[in-house]
Amino acid sequence: MTKSGTLYKEQKQQVSAPDQNGYFGRFGGRFVPETLMPALEKLSETYNRVKNDPPFATELKDLLKDYAGRETPLYYARRLSEKLGGARIFLKREDLTHTGAHKINNALGQVLLAARMGKTRIIAETGAGQHGVATATAAALMGLECVVYMGSLDIVRQALNVTRMKMLGAQVVPVNDGSCSLKDAVNAAIRDWVTNVANTHYIIGSVIGPHPYPMIVRDFQCVIGKEARKQMLEQAKKLPDVAIACVGAGSNAIGLFHAFLGDPVRLIGVEAAGYGLDTGRHAASLCAGSPGVLHGALLYLLQDENGQITEAHSIAAGLDYPGVGPEHGMLKDIERVTYVAVTDQEAVQGFMELAGIEGIIPALESAHAIAYLKKFAGTMSKDDTILVCLSGRGDKDVAQVAEYLDSKSVSGSDENDSKSANYSSTSAENQK
Amino acid sequence: MTSKITSQFEKAAMQNRAAYVPFIMGGFPNDDTFIRLLKALDDCSADVIEVGVPFSDPLADGPTIQKAGKIALDNGSSLRKILGTLGEVSVDIHAPIVLMTYWNPILRMGVDEFGDKAKAANISGVIIPDLPPEEAGYWIKVARAHEIDTIFMVAPTTTPKRLETIVNLSKGFVYLVSMTGVTGSALVVSDALLKTVANLKRLTSVPVAVGFGVSNPEQVAALSNVADGVIVGSALIKKCLEADDDVSAIDAVSSLSRGIIGALGRN
Repeated sequence: MTKSGTLYKEQKQQVSAPDQNGYFGRFGGRFVPETLMPALEKLSETYNRVKNDPPFATELKDLLKDYAGRETPLYYARRLSEKLGGARIFLKREDLTHTGAHKINNALGQVLLAARMGKTRIIAETGAGQHGVATATAAALMGLECVVYMGSLDIVRQALNVTRMKMLGAQVVPVNDGSCSLKDAVNAAIRDWVTNVANTHYIIGSVIGPHPYPMIVRDFQCVIGKEARKQMLEQAKKLPDVAIACVGAGSNAIGLFHAFLGDPVRLIGVEAAGYGLDTGRHAASLCAGSPGVLHGALLYLLQDENGQITEAHSIAAGLDYPGVGPEHGMLKDIERVTYVAVTDQEAVQGFMELAGIEGIIPALESAHAIAYLKKFAGTMSKDDTILVCLSGRGDKDVAQVAEYLDSKSVSGSDENDSKSANYSSTSAENQK
Repeated sequence: MTSKITSQFEKAAMQNRAAYVPFIMGGFPNDDTFIRLLKALDDCSADVIEVGVPFSDPLADGPTIQKAGKIALDNGSSLRKILGTLGEVSVDIHAPIVLMTYWNPILRMGVDEFGDKAKAANISGVIIPDLPPEEAGYWIKVARAHEIDTIFMVAPTTTPKRLETIVNLSKGFVYLVSMTGVTGSALVVSDALLKTVANLKRLTSVPVAVGFGVSNPEQVAALSNVADGVIVGSALIKKCLEADDDVSAIDAVSSLSRGIIGALGRN
């Protein structure tokens, strides 16, 4: 884990981005219909005014502490570290926040912004349902009307979160277009916003969308890395050698990474390789995509030769998106962050491993970061430390994972049998 | 050189009427019928014809144009293919053609290559709904070098400051979006809308055409008294989606077009 000084030469650019037009290097910008441009200008203006406004900052800080349960713990995963046989692994426990994922950090911040702008109606898109639940929660708290767009495929695979959103008073609108998942939910939310922009604030759930969203969502998620950096210094007495997070559209990863951009810390983002990068059925925009415009920003995305956006695939609904935030594009270009990918199968293995060995059921999204540890933690020394963002809890995923494991064990091939036998033995061993 | 598009609006004005700007989708409902629709609209004496390029994520479009786009994509339609087709048939079409496409297909092709190909295909103007003036700098240079008009949109939410920029950049015509909404939404031609059109016309010498939700002769009759042109898209596409076969789709589009053309006159 050596750190080359050249990696940090563009440190200043990294921390100050985006520029006033919303560009992170060559990525970002504002590619939306004219109807929305004034709303984005207003949002930028309001945000720039209130972000350093003491009453706003205090209100958000108090909500994050008393309502969302921050700061979240940093947990030294002793058994996982021992099993992988190398570096000491620390988990930043975003799964322990109210609503069970980092998404609440952004939802609370943006709902306060919406209130400052006098908006009475909130809309959101959701994939795994975690952002939808967080937004429905924040809207309930502020007494605002809330509509959540969700792909019909995701409604099936994340049924628990659909029920939660409804109980929180949100209207969940199924989206039946395209791949019936996160990308299509964003389209539907943008169309709603175009129609109802006068009274509605759109709470985008990740570091995507037109400027200023990638900046705002990042700023609200930066609390993850700020806390973790302080906690690492307290508990491990040093900065981590590696910080790692899963990357779908990229909000938990940016939230973790940002505090370390100026530090000699190796940063790794783990994308969803789905069935494998070579199958074309994955959600790895950084590892296997190219620059283009989707949902209002220029970013790395999955597209065909005609510029049509192609369907992403991941077992984790929250990673099942064919684009990745513009700031990640910049961090890839300047080689400050290394982006890798793990398959559905590896992610499920990581999921089962963490449940069995640490008693923590991670979200399938976060399980991608856990799964990648296996590929390098063992090569590091016991003095080294790895910080992992455990972005969410996996209650929402247990039925899907059980089904996945069942389908693998009945599919009959020797290869699959041996793999699922591994999952079973891991869990059986630790249930004793 | 005077814009071919602007000339069409001037010609309509001299006839004391608004211009008719129909929209159809490239490759919809299939390649052959698309070409026949183009000719049928030209035969109806449409003043300018908008041709849409299908996109996987058309975030400014309502369900009707989304559906047409999906059918076109399933038929293998693409920016490249549409430009090829238009290059072949445009000699037989009198009305100037305006291409309406989202930005990513152009970006993927390469902005310079697109400029060359659009010019070669005899495209007179381009509308890019997700390319606001702030992001359009390079494209505008390419477009001007190729004598292609870039038509920008003005929305009900547009601020006075933005209005000035948009009006100064827009060539051919200015596209006034009738409402906050997506294409094909229900439109009420209110006094407020007519006033918006009149106000916008005072700011520019470029013609002002109104689109989004314009679907019947009654709306067109009301708009024609103030607007320089009306844009009709979803209503035509809907006729095609409802038709039993390609021949009746063409008949239905021609019939609605004749009704609209009959309502363009000014009191």
